Amino acid sequence: MQSFELIRPRGIDGILSDWHPGDAFIAGGTDLLQLMKNDVVAPERLTDLDNSDLHAISLVDGSLHLGALATMAEVAAHVDVKREWPVISQALLLSASPQVRNMGTVGGNLLQRTRCGYFRDVGFDCNKRRPGSGCPALRGDNRELAIFGGSSHCIATHPSDLPVALMALDAQLDLAAPGSGTRRLPLAQFYRLPGDTPHIETALRPGEMITNVVVPPGPHARNSLYVKVRDRTSFAFALVSAAVGLAVSDGVIRDARIALGGVGAMPWRLPHVEAALRGQRADTSVFETAAARAGDGAISAGLNKFKIELTRRTVLRALRTVAA
Amino acid sequence: MIVGQSIERLDGRLKVTGRARYAAEFKPPNMAHAVLVQSTVAAGTVAGIDTTAAKAMPGVLQIMTSANAEKLNLKGASVLQPLLQGNEIFHNGQHVAIVIATTLQQAQAAAARVRVRYNPAEAVTMMEAALNQASVPRNFSNGRAEPDSRTGDPDAAMTSAAVRVEATYTTPIEHHNPMEPHATIASWDGDRLTVWTATQGISGAQLTLASLFGVPKENVTVICPFVGGGFGCKGTNWPPATLTAMAAREVNRPVKLEVTRQQMFTSNGYRARTIQKLKLAANKDGKLLAIQHDGLAQTSMPEVGEFAEAVGLASRMLYACPNIGTSHRVVAINQGLPTYMRAPGEASGMFALESAMDELAVRLAIDPLKLRLANYANADATSGKPFSSKGLRECYEKGAAAFGWQRRTQAPGSMRDGRVLIGVGMATATYPTNRSPASAQIRMMPDGTAVVRSGTQDIGTGTYTTMAQIAADVLGLPLERVRVELGDSRLPPAPGSGGSMTTASVLPAVQSAAIQLRDKLFVLALARPPAAWGTAAKSDLRLENGVVQGPGAQVSFIDLVTREAVSFVEAAADVNPDAASKDHSSHAFGAQFAEVRVDPDLRTVKVSRWVGAFDCGRVISPKTARSQLIGGIVFGIGMALMEETRVDAETGRTVNANIADYLVPVNADVPEIETIFVEAPDLVTTGLGVKGIGELPMVGVAAAIANAVWHATGVRIRDLPIRLDKLLV
Amino acid sequence: METSNPTRRAVLGTAAALTAFSTAASRAARSEQPPASVSPPSQALIRVNGKQLTLELEPRTTLLDALREQTDLHGTKKGCDQGACGACTVHIDGKRVLSCLTLAVRCVGKEITTIEGLADGDTLHPMQAAFLAHDGMQCGYCTPGQIMSAVALVKEGHTQSDAEIAEWMSGNICRCGAYPNIVAAIREVVGPDGKRG
Repeated sequence: MQSFELIRPRGIDGILSDWHPGDAFIAGGTDLLQLMKNDVVAPERLTDLDNSDLHAISLVDGSLHLGALATMAEVAAHVDVKREWPVISQALLLSASPQVRNMGTVGGNLLQRTRCGYFRDVGFDCNKRRPGSGCPALRGDNRELAIFGGSSHCIATHPSDLPVALMALDAQLDLAAPGSGTRRLPLAQFYRLPGDTPHIETALRPGEMITNVVVPPGPHARNSLYVKVRDRTSFAFALVSAAVGLAVSDGVIRDARIALGGVGAMPWRLPHVEAALRGQRADTSVFETAAARAGDGAISAGLNKFKIELTRRTVLRALRTVAA
Repeated sequence: MIVGQSIERLDGRLKVTGRARYAAEFKPPNMAHAVLVQSTVAAGTVAGIDTTAAKAMPGVLQIMTSANAEKLNLKGASVLQPLLQGNEIFHNGQHVAIVIATTLQQAQAAAARVRVRYNPAEAVTMMEAALNQASVPRNFSNGRAEPDSRTGDPDAAMTSAAVRVEATYTTPIEHHNPMEPHATIASWDGDRLTVWTATQGISGAQLTLASLFGVPKENVTVICPFVGGGFGCKGTNWPPATLTAMAAREVNRPVKLEVTRQQMFTSNGYRARTIQKLKLAANKDGKLLAIQHDGLAQTSMPEVGEFAEAVGLASRMLYACPNIGTSHRVVAINQGLPTYMRAPGEASGMFALESAMDELAVRLAIDPLKLRLANYANADATSGKPFSSKGLRECYEKGAAAFGWQRRTQAPGSMRDGRVLIGVGMATATYPTNRSPASAQIRMMPDGTAVVRSGTQDIGTGTYTTMAQIAADVLGLPLERVRVELGDSRLPPAPGSGGSMTTASVLPAVQSAAIQLRDKLFVLALARPPAAWGTAAKSDLRLENGVVQGPGAQVSFIDLVTREAVSFVEAAADVNPDAASKDHSSHAFGAQFAEVRVDPDLRTVKVSRWVGAFDCGRVISPKTARSQLIGGIVFGIGMALMEETRVDAETGRTVNANIADYLVPVNADVPEIETIFVEAPDLVTTGLGVKGIGELPMVGVAAAIANAVWHATGVRIRDLPIRLDKLLV
Repeated sequence: METSNPTRRAVLGTAAALTAFSTAASRAARSEQPPASVSPPSQALIRVNGKQLTLELEPRTTLLDALREQTDLHGTKKGCDQGACGACTVHIDGKRVLSCLTLAVRCVGKEITTIEGLADGDTLHPMQAAFLAHDGMQCGYCTPGQIMSAVALVKEGHTQSDAEIAEWMSGNICRCGAYPNIVAAIREVVGPDGKRG
């Protein structure tokens, strides 16, 4: 790790006013320190967010507010989250390990960098890490990489589970920047697809930070769940995961939300599958018909081709389970 | 008798309190830190290394490259280029520089700023690209076996047989990934070198280092009281240990080098990728008529060394079969040198043989267990020698009974729990019983404790415990009055902890030394006997509870040692394997029974139940032996379902060189495991009757799982690991 | 970066007051209050197993390296240095965390417990005794992390079934494969219904 300075300002105002180009924020540090040890990033200064007062989990007018510094473990165990937004709790409990969940934060998890092995090893070329150097993953070992949203420059996936659940729930982010107050942005507009600038991953402006996540309630949120398929039983990233929420009354699907993890350059929403479900009866044949379209638009780079079929099956499993 | 009793491991208390000290945890004064720099190309030469920026960084003491590294004595060395002795690159991840700084953080930061330029050359990074270059291994199985074998006429038998199975099985590159990364601390005092290093073989490390640095063996001291797992990758003195010693000499102070987890994928060997062709022929009753097992394994470029994965040795002896042929070829490519990894040869080879046996059972519509019993061997089919001991039949019987094998229904997909597919599978396990010369020494101290000393290692297998047990029994001492010293090259030499031979090699030496010490104590006691003993002779005496007990009176060990006015009374023994063992084929055996549950849609495979019955000879320490059996099965579950080192074909660089992406089993992957000891003592190999335990329990695990997966799904997986993408059909 | 670099300090503006790197800053670091700014290297007081330790820390020094390189507390192990194996598990303010992904300077003012802090003199913590009795180890290298994780797990209460224990212990890799024995050891500590402990 290269040397850096650590500053520990108090409160969000202090944090923002102390920000300087080249600085990085550190919350749980579980991803940032891995990247720094691997020399993938080498910030000159870290701003410690421990004293940011952004740790709260609260309900505001029925919506869930997750402070950016709330830990994954705290959110997963929160009684309101478990009752009203179970998919969030489940996604978190299927993430990483208990130790990591005690450290990792909501904001940090949203900003976790891809697990693409080419990105994380500076011995490889990588357009995301070194723009213009090339993407060896396209013709290399791409078994875990994206089938949705990739480009000819990058097929890295977003690795986290929490934002998949949040994407399905139409969450919004509060973002605060030095000198320009706070703005609220839908999570769907937060992530950027790689295109020809894979090094730009989010809509965050210089010095801007996530302060809060707002999740609206609803019957689809209350009846939601997370299915994660991986290569070992626990402590592994998703090959494919699905966050689903179904609002069903009188046997009819009133609302449907589906987002995928492990397959997209960003958490990947499936609006066409949701549309195929809305207004239909909540039964297996409807689920099968809808889930069969879950792989529509997917592009395989070779070794990740199995994910297209696995996506269909994962969505079907999630729908059948949440409706059961 | 303490031997055979279930006791807590003697070093356990140090381990649960965090006080056990591993190689990286010694602290010679003024120690500096070193970090390796590795190549990012697979072939070519180093054109130049720019160390200017790195050297100017805080705390940097020196940067060693092939340009300024000392020249070593490479005569007889098995691994050449990674020791900074030349400019050529033979694999991606080869060591090209070493940065030494005052603190670890400074060394790490500077290592990341060393700039290496290459003249890359065309590399062959994948074995499949060079199959036409396959060659006969130059040094197969350390000269203990021939690469090819032929008994009878397998080709002719194959042609005329009623039933044949022919299939190709492949196994990937796997890495040992012990939890303790390779670590060395080196310290020079003139031309005397002390290294604290994580090794399975202190004697080998001592010899290699002495040879490379051109100093007498006595000048090198290797210390390693605890090893944080080895599984084969700490069996050889790999380059990092030597480089640390070079660095220490260069900066003239002690230096520590801990290999990073990523560097563990390029610094200390791996299990080679194999491609194995298996042909079986049988008559309609399932009697084997022919076995042909041809193995291809990758190895490194010859300049780095050669290692030949011996996949076919078990096929030569496991079943009664009149016609058996085997061959081994290696394919040299631009990858590092492979090495032994838990159950080398057998783990990969028995995946092929025992999968093929299952395929034959399916073809014959015979129960797979019955097929094994129909071909039960009473002698080694290739050498013709009798087995020194074999309890395999009992392993099959007891394992099958405990597992409930008879409840198996034959058809694939026929056993379900709701929608979940259940499959059961079995496989045979075998591993040779090895033994090497070893020596030991025991000292009876004035405080009445015995110190048992041997230059062996305890890699977690329980060597501290078993050495104490044997000595305690012979000397009539309670365990708490026996202390064991090992892991120091100044102790009497013993072989490396590999090949499952530590118990069979070291314990006879300890036993012999203990018997001699007992005799010495008798002689001392009889020199000034208590009056009550009268004319008692040695045969009237016995040792118990710290005293020499004779007729009507006793003398304590404490009195014996103190009245001689010596620091201790000592006996030593050097023992060699019995010549008679050459006339026998010596193996441990086992039967593995697996149940898997396969998700009918997502095709995830979960091992849900396991029974393993093992003939591992006489068991000295049941508690630690059972742990090894369980551990071997867990290791095998990893091999079967998840482990694979994945190489980028273009660069020859490993894509998943970390333990988050190179998956090994976690706690939730492991089912309830029942282990059964079938103790068929091997009294030919040692009077103690022991066989090896470390490797045996992982043999056959991958096949048992593959067979169970077939039984659950009807899909035959011949390419490890069995990940769900291969089952999404 | 070098904080003493004058151009850098000028650019920092309002932050300059916080980053003033001097003996005063070092003194601040020695107090139990978290320092406002840390640059290489400074002394810090870190509370480990109830004792104050004075350590020489750069901001980049992880808690794991600080413990292993600067103290006698080598029981906390480095397995992967990437948060993927759990060998470095310690408790910070009672929660199990990974010391390899924790910057030591961020621990000032917090209570750290390592494997060496569990036993009461010669009396083992019940979890240590259970690991010994069930042979929940082989090489022993992952063992301190396993035990620290297990002690926290009992407090967290995820011990109703063996399957739950296994899932919540899956952040600690044991390459020797002692998992069934580890579960058995934890089971003994919490009792058959998972409530004790």
